[in-house]
Amino acid sequence: MKPRAKSPVIWPLMGLAALVLLNAVFNPSFLKITFLDGHLYGVPVDILSQGSRTMLVALGMTLVIATGGVDLSVGSVVAIAGAVCAMLLQGGHSLALTLAAAIGAGLVAGTANGVLVARLGVQPIVATLILMVAGRGVAQLIVDGQVVIISNPAFEYLANGFLFGIPFSPLLVAVLFVITHFVLRRTALGLFIEAVGDNETAARFAGLAATRIKTSAYTFCGACAGLAGVLAAANIRAADAYRAGENMELDAIFAVVVGGTALTGGRFVILGTAIGALLIQTLTTTMYNLGVPPAVAPVPKALLIIGVSLLQSEKVGRWLGGLMRRNAA
Amino acid sequence: MNPVKKMAVRNLAVVVTGLIFVALFATAAKLYDGFFSSRVAISLLSDNAFLGIAAVGMTLVIFAGGIDLSVGAVIGFTSIFTATLIEQHHVSPVLAWLLALGAGAGLGAGMGALIHVFRLPPFLITLAGMFFARGAGFWISTDSVGVNHELYAKISGYELTLGSVIIPSNALILIAVILAGYVIAHHTRFGRALLAVGGNEHSALLMGLPIGSTKIAVYALNGFCAALAGIVATLYTGSGNPSMGIGLELDAIAIVVIGGTLLTGGRGHIIGTLLGILIFGTIQAAILFDGRLSSWWMRIVVGGLLLVFILLQRFFLRRK
Repeated sequence: MKPRAKSPVIWPLMGLAALVLLNAVFNPSFLKITFLDGHLYGVPVDILSQGSRTMLVALGMTLVIATGGVDLSVGSVVAIAGAVCAMLLQGGHSLALTLAAAIGAGLVAGTANGVLVARLGVQPIVATLILMVAGRGVAQLIVDGQVVIISNPAFEYLANGFLFGIPFSPLLVAVLFVITHFVLRRTALGLFIEAVGDNETAARFAGLAATRIKTSAYTFCGACAGLAGVLAAANIRAADAYRAGENMELDAIFAVVVGGTALTGGRFVILGTAIGALLIQTLTTTMYNLGVPPAVAPVPKALLIIGVSLLQSEKVGRWLGGLMRRNAA
Repeated sequence: MNPVKKMAVRNLAVVVTGLIFVALFATAAKLYDGFFSSRVAISLLSDNAFLGIAAVGMTLVIFAGGIDLSVGAVIGFTSIFTATLIEQHHVSPVLAWLLALGAGAGLGAGMGALIHVFRLPPFLITLAGMFFARGAGFWISTDSVGVNHELYAKISGYELTLGSVIIPSNALILIAVILAGYVIAHHTRFGRALLAVGGNEHSALLMGLPIGSTKIAVYALNGFCAALAGIVATLYTGSGNPSMGIGLELDAIAIVVIGGTLLTGGRGHIIGTLLGILIFGTIQAAILFDGRLSSWWMRIVVGGLLLVFILLQRFFLRRK
């Protein structure tokens, strides 16, 4: 087991590097970054800004999965938050109130999931399925089934603006990642989450407020999805209750799993999630560049996720361990 | 205790679902003129025939404590796969159907094998299966392909007339699938093994039940049902479309849960799923009859029902 424990992010990092290398070989301009009008442009910059929303949702998902759960409702929450933004901005409300309301909607949705899972003991897949089904209906109800155009320069800046020449949204997401990492790893909070995910009963007997920790993980995930909804709406300058956040739960779960967080709970790697999200986005961009129609893009993603989860499974681990030992002997 | 009462107590959830269906249908019949008719009653089955077929397969998977998120994508794949084979490669429809059913069952068996042999979470593997099937469907064609074959016209135009009641072919197929599901789930060794595995996999193993083959077989069976649903959907719409059935897996799971089947596995009844289909259809028909309610109310109401039933299940289980 020793060599595997070295660094949890080594595998996703190698995967990302391999993918970037592949792209760079086939398309030398892939890595080219130009500085134009005080802004950075280039494929890697695009990957960062397009991938920022998945990264954000995956950040929240990491904590939920670390508690041994999963949140399928994030895509619907993204749609709800976008719809809330559109309605409030159209009604002439301030940007601050709009952002607060959108993230607040995510908080409420996440807490509802958390209460169902942690207090009422409903299985996570089932509990969050409810909001996944109903949430998109709620989003469509808010915007009355229309695609609402948003024209607010300050709002649009959130997704498409630049700060010091760097796109704003990945910067914002990176800051959130760093804050979350330090809050969880420099305090005992991260350990608490892992303890609850590993063995809830044991954690409770050790004196942890397991129910509250679990609920908070879902609340945090909801808030992340809410903010991602804001960014998604700002990116396309519209609230699209039908398509916003579509398949986002899948990309987020993929990013978390690829990043080395165990789906069974009890262990999380925040940096791994960031790398996993970038890997997924790079894969998507690669396929666009190779001329694969966007609709076919899910196939390689499916193969990737099966491969990664096979590598993580105990049985394959034992096989590989056996092979290595035999080779060494 | 007389046998009828004993049955009712054992299947309390199914009885509750039945009462809810009657109440819903009666309310809708009172509110809307012309709702209380055999035509509407039959449309509850025929309008959601392919969803119902998928729900029967899903019920069996959930009996065994699993879940399958790939059924909607398999429907889309089957739809475009059969349509393309028939229209562009001039394969006979029967052969195309057999190939599609084989592909569906094969994908299901593959997912079941991954889930069982490597102990991977079912939702993750079937999520990957969903991506795979959807992507494969779009690979065949991104546009819909119309099917103009006499056999298609013959089957989709067929209606069984029983007195004043006219039953279209897709409702007949759904009824046949429900009957088959009923026999498989409640009158075969395989069905009992399913419920045993779902109830407690470890005990089932100690009892000497073939867990692995049961689990793999149920995913294969569900893939078969999803492919059949795709064929029926193609018959019904007269064209193959790779984007058919998006999000359908959620409706299918909702129907199973509303039907009183325990999502943790081990307990449930196919009759409950039939009632779930009828409840789903009643809500849909009522929204259509009303005319003032928009389509998204459907999602909200289904979500609400899902919540109520899951909470009921929790409290029912806690008390035990």
